[in-house]
Amino acid sequence: MPADQQDIDARLATYEFTNSQLLRNYSGGRTTRAMQTIDLATQGIRELNQLLHQTNATDDIVVSNPGGKHSVAVGAMVPVTVTVQGHVGYYCAGMNADAQILVDGNAGPGLAENMMSGVVRVSGDASQYCAATSHGGLIVVEGNAAARCGISMKGSDIVVGGSVGHMSAFMAQKGRLVVCGDAGDALGDSIYEARLYVRGSVASTGADCVQKEMRAEHIEELEGLLQSAKISGCKAKDFKRYGSARSLYHFSIDNANAY
Amino acid sequence: MTDELHSRLRESATFPRHVIAEIQRAAREGIYDIRGFGAKRRVPDFDDLLFLGASMSRYPLEGYREKCDTSVTLGTRFAKKPIELKIPITIAGMSFGALSAQAKEALGRGASTMGTSTTTGDGGMTPEERGHSNLLVYQYLPSRYGMNPADLRKADAIEIVVGQGAKPGGGGMLLGVKISERVAGMRDLPEGIDQRSACRHPDWTGPDDLEIKINELREITDWEKPIYAKIGASRPYYDTALAVKSGADVVVLDGMQGGTAATQDVFIEHVGIPTLPAIRMAVDALKELDMHRKVQLVVSGGIRSGADVAKALAMGADAVSIGTAALIALGDNSPEHEEEYRKLGTSAGYYDDWQDGRDPAGICTQDPELAARLDPELGGRRLANYLSCLTLETQTLARACGKSHVHNLEPEDMVALTVEAAAMARVPLAGTEWIPGHGY
Repeated sequence: MPADQQDIDARLATYEFTNSQLLRNYSGGRTTRAMQTIDLATQGIRELNQLLHQTNATDDIVVSNPGGKHSVAVGAMVPVTVTVQGHVGYYCAGMNADAQILVDGNAGPGLAENMMSGVVRVSGDASQYCAATSHGGLIVVEGNAAARCGISMKGSDIVVGGSVGHMSAFMAQKGRLVVCGDAGDALGDSIYEARLYVRGSVASTGADCVQKEMRAEHIEELEGLLQSAKISGCKAKDFKRYGSARSLYHFSIDNANAY
Repeated sequence: MTDELHSRLRESATFPRHVIAEIQRAAREGIYDIRGFGAKRRVPDFDDLLFLGASMSRYPLEGYREKCDTSVTLGTRFAKKPIELKIPITIAGMSFGALSAQAKEALGRGASTMGTSTTTGDGGMTPEERGHSNLLVYQYLPSRYGMNPADLRKADAIEIVVGQGAKPGGGGMLLGVKISERVAGMRDLPEGIDQRSACRHPDWTGPDDLEIKINELREITDWEKPIYAKIGASRPYYDTALAVKSGADVVVLDGMQGGTAATQDVFIEHVGIPTLPAIRMAVDALKELDMHRKVQLVVSGGIRSGADVAKALAMGADAVSIGTAALIALGDNSPEHEEEYRKLGTSAGYYDDWQDGRDPAGICTQDPELAARLDPELGGRRLANYLSCLTLETQTLARACGKSHVHNLEPEDMVALTVEAAAMARVPLAGTEWIPGHGY
């Protein structure tokens, strides 16, 4: 195991949570409801997603044997809880609106892409483009997220328990990205108005992304985010804030070297 | 210039006046020229082809009596609800932001009158556009500005934009002057700043990913909507094949003459290939995969007349799409605004600064006073008139070739006027049996 991975694992171990414990704890204040089970070993993705597109649906859903399948629980439009027992492939929880989708495993590329609202939580790691272009809601990755986490995000909150890869928050427009571990190269390249909080090291910041003062309101905001994400092992004061220098908001030939 | 001077002075072919002016502008400003419109250079195009018409071996159809069907169905491959068009001419994607809300409404009105579709653009779907478009194609672009599942479900089809003919491989830039409060709100950006549209999608790379992405969009919309893949003409044989492989219902192929709201002049004029050769290359791919007419091909980029429509269909397209011509039909570059064009340093027929928000015709602007100049009802009627004219012209040519449906037009109905066009369109040079590159 590489040394940096050992560091990450050690840091994760201090967060006073375990994946399964978090999933159990994450009730979101919802009352227990009737439960349906979709077994993806024998049933199709279509059956699952159709359930989530019925505006009168109220039953929570347990998805067993996801087997890394793509498009698990996409386009949800009802406030139900979907618990996925295992790993998922591309675009799990894509364009989610209102649902609470919990993945007890790892997620492939494009987790919660373009999410509008609701909660998505992954107990393991998430591959690249996590929460790309997401407009709203809360996305929590308890492990690490790969490259381009929060790319072009438009208003969501993303909390990553571990580290994020390079080009995370590229062209991030709105919302908050919290990284409890480290951030890879070119963090926040060409960022607009999103706010980035990183606890560990930042390999480098991208064009027009700068470290900013961590004021009281930011500490308060970050504490709220960590609380919402149910990540208790981190202290807000240990984070640094990054955002846009706003120097590239108007195209100027004098800035050509910045691109 | 006097006759004496005219006869004595010789303009350089290498440095004609517009080249000299561009060098002087570049030296003065230190930045490339950004403009709207499409390629202005001459490239081999539909004007280089002619229809043969009926003769001893083929019967024509009676122009004012016998039926010549123009209907087209798009999205028959996988979608539960394919799109039924009455005419083979659609309106291309143009954004609210680049265009005023009134212009988008006018496009919807004109298209709906004629039973065809219009298309959103970068920036999302406006209620005006949805409300006035019976058939609306929702573009899925790299920026995902305004993208949301509710609007996705309101759409009649989804067009995944991979590229654009005016700038294959390029993104976009909407200058701050056009980022009004409404435009900014729809795009989740601060008002008044320049906003970039990415050149690559944020969450997929390559055809294998695209296949998974298309599947996700089908799942979100319950497999109802046709899914188009729009490509800029650069490598249309491979791109079409890969779009088919990725599961697209429709391929939209945009040649280099296609318009844009704002791109570098060097990009518009020097990247991509003309529409003429691109069609044959795309049709080759579809035929080799046994997908011609099963995955429909919509062609855009420099379509101006019914002759262009008929020639594109004869080369194997199922429908065409118009953008620049539709804006001209609404009133763009109209002589009635000549005085104001002059103040902007241009003239009717030359105006291409669609990016700067000062369009005297009120089309490419977010300035409320300018935008109010375009009456959406009147604009819609003009567009419907124009579409009607294109359709009648297309039918005229199809009947002359003896076709009872415009889709029955075929390459064998045409010859080329130039060697280049003969090679690109793969029809014989007029008066010969010669197709360059394909022997006699």
